Amino acid sequence: MSAQSLTTKDLSVFYGEKQAVKKVSMDFPEREVVALIGPSGCGKSTFLRSLNRMNDLISGARIEGEIWIGDQNICDPSTDVVSLRQKIGMVWQKPNPFHKSIYENIAFGPRYHGIRNRKQLDEIVETSLRKTALWDEVKDRLNQSGLALSGGQQQRLCIARSLAVQPNILLMDEPASALDPVSTAKIEELIAELKKDYTIVIVTHNMQQAARVSDRTAFFFLGDLVEYDDTQKMFTNPSKKSTDDYISGRFG
Amino acid sequence: MRAKTVDRIATAVIVCVAGFIILLLAALLGYLLVRGLGHISFDFLTSAPQALKAGGGIGPQLFNSVFLLVLTMIITVPLGIGAGIYMSEYAKDNKLTAFIRLIVEVLSSFPSIVIGLFGLLVIVNTFGFGYSLLSGALALTIFNLPMMVRLTEQSLRSVPKEQKEAGLALGLSRWKTIMSVMIPVALPSIVTGSILAAGRVFGEAAALLFTAGMSSPRLDFSDWNPLSPTSPLNPMRPAETLAVHIWKINSEGLAPDAPEIAAGASAVLVIMVLLFNLGARWLGRVVYRKLTASK
Repeated sequence: MSAQSLTTKDLSVFYGEKQAVKKVSMDFPEREVVALIGPSGCGKSTFLRSLNRMNDLISGARIEGEIWIGDQNICDPSTDVVSLRQKIGMVWQKPNPFHKSIYENIAFGPRYHGIRNRKQLDEIVETSLRKTALWDEVKDRLNQSGLALSGGQQQRLCIARSLAVQPNILLMDEPASALDPVSTAKIEELIAELKKDYTIVIVTHNMQQAARVSDRTAFFFLGDLVEYDDTQKMFTNPSKKSTDDYISGRFG
Repeated sequence: MRAKTVDRIATAVIVCVAGFIILLLAALLGYLLVRGLGHISFDFLTSAPQALKAGGGIGPQLFNSVFLLVLTMIITVPLGIGAGIYMSEYAKDNKLTAFIRLIVEVLSSFPSIVIGLFGLLVIVNTFGFGYSLLSGALALTIFNLPMMVRLTEQSLRSVPKEQKEAGLALGLSRWKTIMSVMIPVALPSIVTGSILAAGRVFGEAAALLFTAGMSSPRLDFSDWNPLSPTSPLNPMRPAETLAVHIWKINSEGLAPDAPEIAAGASAVLVIMVLLFNLGARWLGRVVYRKLTASK
């Protein structure tokens, strides 16, 4: 398992006639956390969802441009989208564990990808849950439903689930916005830990969160990438006025 | 104050309506059971009907009802779930699928006697299946399929989008995501739908008059070879079901105890539907728990 860098070149996303993302070119260096910020409807979630081609599911959605993972352009029609998604983990705003046991939530993916050995699966379950600091909380009730956990635990279970299929990149769409402050803090700690092994892209509405967890921050507005720089610089000395206005809470 | 009064009146009206419906159902059930229960005995449930003498039973009809139900569900459930999956997950939203949906709607409100006559013309005569269990099962499939398709489609659509996306994001194929992630979530509604469909099979008479027929041959319950003409399992034999039997003895029964037989048979029918409902729900719950590890 190794982190991989991700690059977009002139990436545009359309919903029918409407252009939701306008020619965005970005570099996501490996083992770094990039935060995408911007007001609702600015295209940041759409942009995120196009990185693993999840937007293909929406009828009428269309992508132009290039997305490179390593030396592979995943917008190429010959890309096997199904196996591509295995390399890119995804976490949603609302925790969405499968309606299965905690164990099955984790083991389901690796088993599908060919790991049948019970011992090996047990190991994957344990490591994934340890990585998300959930193991000690759930090790005695692995056969219970994942839905029986608290919201914060469910979200960490979902992160563990995506880690179990050994992705290189993690996409997180407002992963803590439905959680209480304590659970949010745990998720943020987790992100800091995970960036040692993964390239992470996170969409967030919470400025402090972006400042705390990310190495770089990108500000989106009306489908355009307005500014993309080191988080420190973005929050202290942005070069565009609209970035400053947004970060200091004057709009959005 | 006014808003409160309106609220109180509305509540009272709604409670009255609900109470009336419950009362009606209870009265109906009570009437059926009180009239019929006294006539039910082991002998009544197992012996063959008598055309002219008193003391006939409903054994073959009871068996026919259950067997027809099984046959129909064997055909309806896979087709209905398959088509429902297609409509909800694979079909594109265009004029053709809108048209298919419209047809399904129309079919689901088709009068059953029309389906019976269609079955007579097409299945019984043109296909040459004759009055048989198979003809009856096919007619009931036409009758039930639209509902099965719609219910499956709706229950799959009501699975949260994030469940599907979570499956796909793990690199699962679409088919695997549907079968292992979405179907377990949708299962309770699909089971409920199947129960409703099955209930209609038990109760249906009009669609069966001209397809499964109004007679039952002499059955030999020790002969379980499905190819033998006297075997209960032979799907090509005519088979009068319980509901058809009730209709027949009520309209042209010659036995002196016809009214009692009809009452007993009605009570049995109601009890069968009830038992089937409870059984199917229990089974659905067990499967759901097994699939989802829930309590």
